[in-house]
Amino acid sequence: MIYILQQSLNALQLGSIYALIALGYTMVYGILTMINFAHGDLFMVGAFFGFMAALAFKLPFIPTLLISMIGVGLLGVAIERVAYKPLRQAPRVSAIITALGVGIFLENLTLVFYPYPQSVPQLLQNITWTIGGVTVSSLQIIIILMSLGLMVLLDFIVRRTMVGMAMRAVSWDKTIVPLMGVPVNLVISITFAIGTSLGGAAGVMYSQAFPVIDPYMGIMIGWKAFISAVVGGIGNIRGAMIGGFILGGVEIMVAAFLPSTYRDFVAFTLLLVLLIFRPYGILGQPRPQKV
Amino acid sequence: MTTQPSNDSSKSKLSWSARFAQSPLLLRIAQAWEALLARRWLLPVLLVIGLALSFLIPQFRLVNEYVQLIMMYVGINIIMTISLNLINGYMGEFSVGHAGFMAVGAYIGALLTTQVLPYAWLEGPLVMIVFPLIVLAGGAGAALVGLLVAVPSFRTRGDYLAIVTLAFNMIVKSVIENIEAIGGPRGIPGIDKLTTMPWVFFWTVLAVWVIRNFIYSNFGRGVLSLREDEIASDLMSVNTRQVKLLAFVLSSFFAGIGGALFAHLLQFISPRVFDIIKSTDFLIMVYLGGIGSIGGSVLGATIYTVLLEVLRPLQVWRFVLMPLLLVFLMLYRPRGIMGLREFRWFVPNSELLVGKKKEVGNAAAD
Repeated sequence: MIYILQQSLNALQLGSIYALIALGYTMVYGILTMINFAHGDLFMVGAFFGFMAALAFKLPFIPTLLISMIGVGLLGVAIERVAYKPLRQAPRVSAIITALGVGIFLENLTLVFYPYPQSVPQLLQNITWTIGGVTVSSLQIIIILMSLGLMVLLDFIVRRTMVGMAMRAVSWDKTIVPLMGVPVNLVISITFAIGTSLGGAAGVMYSQAFPVIDPYMGIMIGWKAFISAVVGGIGNIRGAMIGGFILGGVEIMVAAFLPSTYRDFVAFTLLLVLLIFRPYGILGQPRPQKV
Repeated sequence: MTTQPSNDSSKSKLSWSARFAQSPLLLRIAQAWEALLARRWLLPVLLVIGLALSFLIPQFRLVNEYVQLIMMYVGINIIMTISLNLINGYMGEFSVGHAGFMAVGAYIGALLTTQVLPYAWLEGPLVMIVFPLIVLAGGAGAALVGLLVAVPSFRTRGDYLAIVTLAFNMIVKSVIENIEAIGGPRGIPGIDKLTTMPWVFFWTVLAVWVIRNFIYSNFGRGVLSLREDEIASDLMSVNTRQVKLLAFVLSSFFAGIGGALFAHLLQFISPRVFDIIKSTDFLIMVYLGGIGSIGGSVLGATIYTVLLEVLRPLQVWRFVLMPLLLVFLMLYRPRGIMGLREFRWFVPNSELLVGKKKEVGNAAAD
């Protein structure tokens, strides 16, 4: 029982990181119906921005997190402006392939500067408590609480503010909404800024939890976060959060009770089974098709 | 190119590329090229020359071993690209797990060679019969697995099918890693080098030929109609399930063949070789060459493979440069090099007569 509780805590930690990255995928998809495959690599860049800020300025956790979020957010907006915006009218796959290209570019550019895996300095004083046999570290608590906080903030922005309303409007219809005076390009940029900065935040948190980072770390985690977004129903913000926690939970539980090499196998098989029974994800709605 | 500084715009309104295209020399080259492409007899001639070269090059070492190896990789990559193009280009789905099928073919082939078949069979003239059977077995195994992936495609489309194929790729890798009998994460070393240049040439031509004929067959029309509109083609009594099944099986069959050839060329395979990065490579080749185009697949695979090798002196920077080239290609030519067009060689005779009026089978599709 204690073991299960302990693993649930780990699952929450991993799940909140997946959920944060999945939010970036789902926000961009919601507004542009485009899969931003560079997002996993923006997560990696976030981890490296945090690493650089921590090394160069010796900053504590929160400023490092903010620097990384701002840096990745700006990078995300720049990528959207340069690489994706000219392709809005092009076939959908062109944008997807461009995103793949941007991702590989980011990976290898980082590789040029950091050819070897780097170990990240500990930014938070890690205190561990033992509550009824379960070991709780302050790092875990902070990661979980901060991600939840960011998710609540995002949910608030999307549902309660003018910017959020504009985002939902643009994702609803891109031809009529500009006529109502909504600055579509600005809204898309804001969406990219928010989505990618969440990925950057996830990068910093991940590098605190698992303190060795390398330029290719974003690939696998990015794909997994993408899967989380799809499990929840891509384009649906609450779905992405749920999907992240489900995938994190499944992975940790498989690793806890089976040989850890089965982790990917069981996680992806579950995903396939889920998609066969709910082809549009947990919260996704099938879009009505017009003939 | 359109956003260059305007200090010399007074000299000429034309952009640099437009002026370049108007130069008489280039125009004449383009015309000659066009005329060359129109010659129907050129393809068989080229095939015969190619076959002869594939025997002569290793025999007399016309080029060094390294270049020979690259040429064989180009052939294998053409097989992989063209089979992926069937799903992604012609059927309009987005399959991102092509390396998974390749892994199945490679492992079946490698296991047959290293563990199942007696060594005597792989020596002497007998290998001429055994090796194609090994490759075919790899293809058949991959085709069976392709059948499994085709089933979810009946219910899901687009991004969700992409996830299914992605998950499939990772499952294949994970399963191989967990079976100790086939080497687990360490892979299979010491596979006999049975892949030779004539074989690569043969299988590449076979793959191109079969897939071309499939595209212009009745089923191929069904595949194209699925890309344009699934519901409409269903209403026009296209058996969508059968068509999807066939396309997936054919595509994975050739991916398996490519895998078996690859295993017997590299002589060492491990699950890490067939991860999602490998699949991404094939995706890039397909979209670089252009979707829905056999000529595009051949060009895309060739250019990508050769360019990566040519840029080798740049070391790490070539992996920075390549994706940038891809991004710029997509920005200026979103449909890839050939993008839904076709060399006339690859179009059957009967199609060309119809094609005079309208490009059949290459209608605009997004």
